[in-house]
Amino acid sequence: MLSALARAQAAATGVAQPLTTVGHLHAAAAPLVCVPLALAGETLAPLAALVGTDRAAPRLLVVPQPRNRDLRFAFAAALAAEVLPYLDARRGATEDVPADRGRQVRVRYLDAPQVWVPNPGGVEFVRLLGRSLRFRRTDGEHPVPAAVPRLGCWLTFLADRAELPGSALLVAATAALGAHWATGQSAVEDAHLPALLAWIDPPEGRTGAGAAAAAEDPAVTPPAGPATDPAFDRDVLAPLVAAYDRGAPDAPGRLAAALRGQLTPAWDAVWRAYDLLAALPPGATVAARWGQDRDAFTGYAAHLDEGGLPQPRHDSAVAAAARLHRLERAAATYALQRAYDDPLVLADHRLAGEAFRGEVVLADPTRVDDSGRRPVLRPRITVRSADPLHLAPGTALCAPGRPKQRATLVSVEGRDAVLELRGGMGRGRTPEAGSVPEVGEVVTYTTLTDAFAPAPAFPAPEDTPWTHGGPPADPAGGDPRGGAEVPGDPPAGAPPEPVPAG
Amino acid sequence: MWQAAGMESTAAARAREVTDAVLADLAAGVHRGVVVDSPPGAGKSTLVVRAARELAATGAATMIVAQTNEQVDDLVDRIAGADDRLRLGRLSAADYRPTPRVARHRNVRVAAKPADLDAPAVTVGTAAKWATVAEGTWPWAIVDEAYQMRADALLRVAPRFDRALFVGDPGQLDPFSTVDTGRWTGVSWDPMQSAVAVLLRHNPDLPLHRLPVSWRLPPSAAAVVAEAFYPDAPFTAGTAPGVRRWALDGPPVDAYDDTLDTAARTGWALHSLPPAFTPRTDAEAAAACAALAGRLLSRGATATCERTTAPVTAERIAVGAAHRDQVAAIRSALPPHAAQVTVDTANRLQGREYDVTIVLHPLSGRRDATAFHLEAGRLCVLTSRHRQACVVVARAGIPALLDAYPSREPVHLDTPVRFPDGWAAHHALLEHLAATAH
Repeated sequence: MLSALARAQAAATGVAQPLTTVGHLHAAAAPLVCVPLALAGETLAPLAALVGTDRAAPRLLVVPQPRNRDLRFAFAAALAAEVLPYLDARRGATEDVPADRGRQVRVRYLDAPQVWVPNPGGVEFVRLLGRSLRFRRTDGEHPVPAAVPRLGCWLTFLADRAELPGSALLVAATAALGAHWATGQSAVEDAHLPALLAWIDPPEGRTGAGAAAAAEDPAVTPPAGPATDPAFDRDVLAPLVAAYDRGAPDAPGRLAAALRGQLTPAWDAVWRAYDLLAALPPGATVAARWGQDRDAFTGYAAHLDEGGLPQPRHDSAVAAAARLHRLERAAATYALQRAYDDPLVLADHRLAGEAFRGEVVLADPTRVDDSGRRPVLRPRITVRSADPLHLAPGTALCAPGRPKQRATLVSVEGRDAVLELRGGMGRGRTPEAGSVPEVGEVVTYTTLTDAFAPAPAFPAPEDTPWTHGGPPADPAGGDPRGGAEVPGDPPAGAPPEPVPAG
Repeated sequence: MWQAAGMESTAAARAREVTDAVLADLAAGVHRGVVVDSPPGAGKSTLVVRAARELAATGAATMIVAQTNEQVDDLVDRIAGADDRLRLGRLSAADYRPTPRVARHRNVRVAAKPADLDAPAVTVGTAAKWATVAEGTWPWAIVDEAYQMRADALLRVAPRFDRALFVGDPGQLDPFSTVDTGRWTGVSWDPMQSAVAVLLRHNPDLPLHRLPVSWRLPPSAAAVVAEAFYPDAPFTAGTAPGVRRWALDGPPVDAYDDTLDTAARTGWALHSLPPAFTPRTDAEAAAACAALAGRLLSRGATATCERTTAPVTAERIAVGAAHRDQVAAIRSALPPHAAQVTVDTANRLQGREYDVTIVLHPLSGRRDATAFHLEAGRLCVLTSRHRQACVVVARAGIPALLDAYPSREPVHLDTPVRFPDGWAAHHALLEHLAATAH
């Protein structure tokens, strides 16, 4: 609701409105930017890419005849020469992380890659390119350099990881900006990176709306890929590719110049998006999420080092279920962390009746519930709130400052909500000092919970039940890694990273 | 009355035929699974209770998988009540306290682990609880509300049983997820399918039965609901026309009374509000829903059905809506004497039954028709909870909205086509409502 208001305000004032007070995305110190272009009408025919870590010196890769498969794999090899060294350079210093409740130690890299593409179409390009490359063979009939399937594995890893809410290894600039600012234009228009940037960061002396309208002309601001401007295709690209096919000596140079002209505005735009997001003060849990990204990167690097197989073509029944569980858990955690990190995000939940903020007017911190088998400490507090209280009694609630404490809504009378608390109060019969909110304290409770769930048990792939088609027929063939856990991802249900309180 | 009684007994005979065929399939043991589709109020729980008792009589330990703790408690209560010598186990979370309807049965044991239940004939638990059971197998399982269960939940439970009976209502809400699940579209084990869908895709030759009679819906509703939401599995009402009837006591005053009287006369009514684009929590529409419930109670109504004649009290009335904030808005608009009326979302009204329901149409006041609001299951749940009548509250102009937003969900390869289509179902229901208004 608050974001709808922000959109209306943006439309009325012509200036994009912030949706957050902090940044929720880790901005890596050394990102790799990649702006890909694909040939129209093909599912995946790379046409060109600007790629690199130095904004002043991007490397241009061109496929002069995108329908030629040899040239396509030459492009892949050239891209690998840019991307793989970047990935390897992230594998420097490591740190020890306690695992399994301190019984073991896990090692992870201090750094991880962060690849920026202009938009979700760029993420899809990465996914498709990864799929087309990771099963290529380095021997046999059409051999490719070893770097090509290796690049395919890494691109697949990045695209898979991008599905995980809160991950920052592969970033679509429009999505990242859209999560932090509201514009006065539609979601479809927001998918055009130059227009989105025009709203958020208009040139001197112009409104966002005016600058965005100007950015819509593809002749002035070409699309940020992977799809190209049809007029460019017809008037520039097609004649140049035809000239290349005829063997015209100047064709490659003219093609490269034309494509560079199409790509450079998007290249600059992605860097501007990076700068805008990097300038935001990071939220409290951003570092913890980046830590999980580093875990994943470390794990997958180790998997490839050990000669691990590429990701299977499809998730097996077990792998799909386990992955869905991981994604849903990550989504819940990310929503909770965003709300806890950012009062503006929390306000949206309060407006929707999913959270409330108020003052503690009554507290019974030593209340004991002895109706069960043994008496247990169950303090009760009464919170007086001006927020609309629409929650039903029995709803489970959490407070941002007390992540280990669960509250249950006992009753609501007018503006007063009575809550019963459990957990997070130490082991004694009386709660530890400060663990139960005191009278006069201003507290916030939300329905967003991050309750620890025991690791879910999924059957082993070879025990896939008859209801799901039984065990995979050929675990070694079509689905090389069957239902194995995706290396690098923490095991499903693993306790989340400790979140700094407050 | 002779005719009516005759019709009811044929309906009962047809229903019994199907039930007998289901139990015969179970007893024969030729197939690993048996699927039973049940329209709203077709005696699904009765079937589950009967199947559990028959399986227990063969000496085979049976596990029952339900989807919510509420459903588990209901089943435990019904099975334990049907046979007080049958030993039952109720698997539960560690902090579960037996509800009165479970605690009153002496043949029920409650524990967090199967080992602590002392090998009962029938063990009942939620799918989430069964997923934590890592050992043991049961010769038979009964999966209740199997269309509400997601395929990934079945995957975690399936290693525990050899054979299973799947029972559920195919017209209910599809399982959903908050994350993007596009990567599994078309895969036969897509975890977002229902348990029945994944089962039938891998075992297409399993016997599929359909319960043919709805004992809940009156004849006025059965025909409409069957046509709109169950085009492949027609069913009829278990009662003859005229057996279910209700009337309001006090005199009519305004438009609310006209709507309620129409509902009493025809079993359906559309309470139409002036066209407008509104926020989700349309205050006028919420007030109308609440006022209708209030008026029904203040005028007083008496309902007659094949079992009894009784006043329509607040417990027998429900108001349904699509979103939680709409539910909150309606609840806060209820007059004090109607505070006991149930107000809930479609998700939470699944499986419940009332005399009269008042439904805030999912598309009322909307500018667009999204997949969420068009979902056939949502409208089906909302319009099939009643034994007497259903009142739909809506802003005018929904047919035009539907025409402006035809279904445009992408069609994927290898994905079974689902019927009914929500868009067509919405049109079918609205046409019927428009016809009853005159």
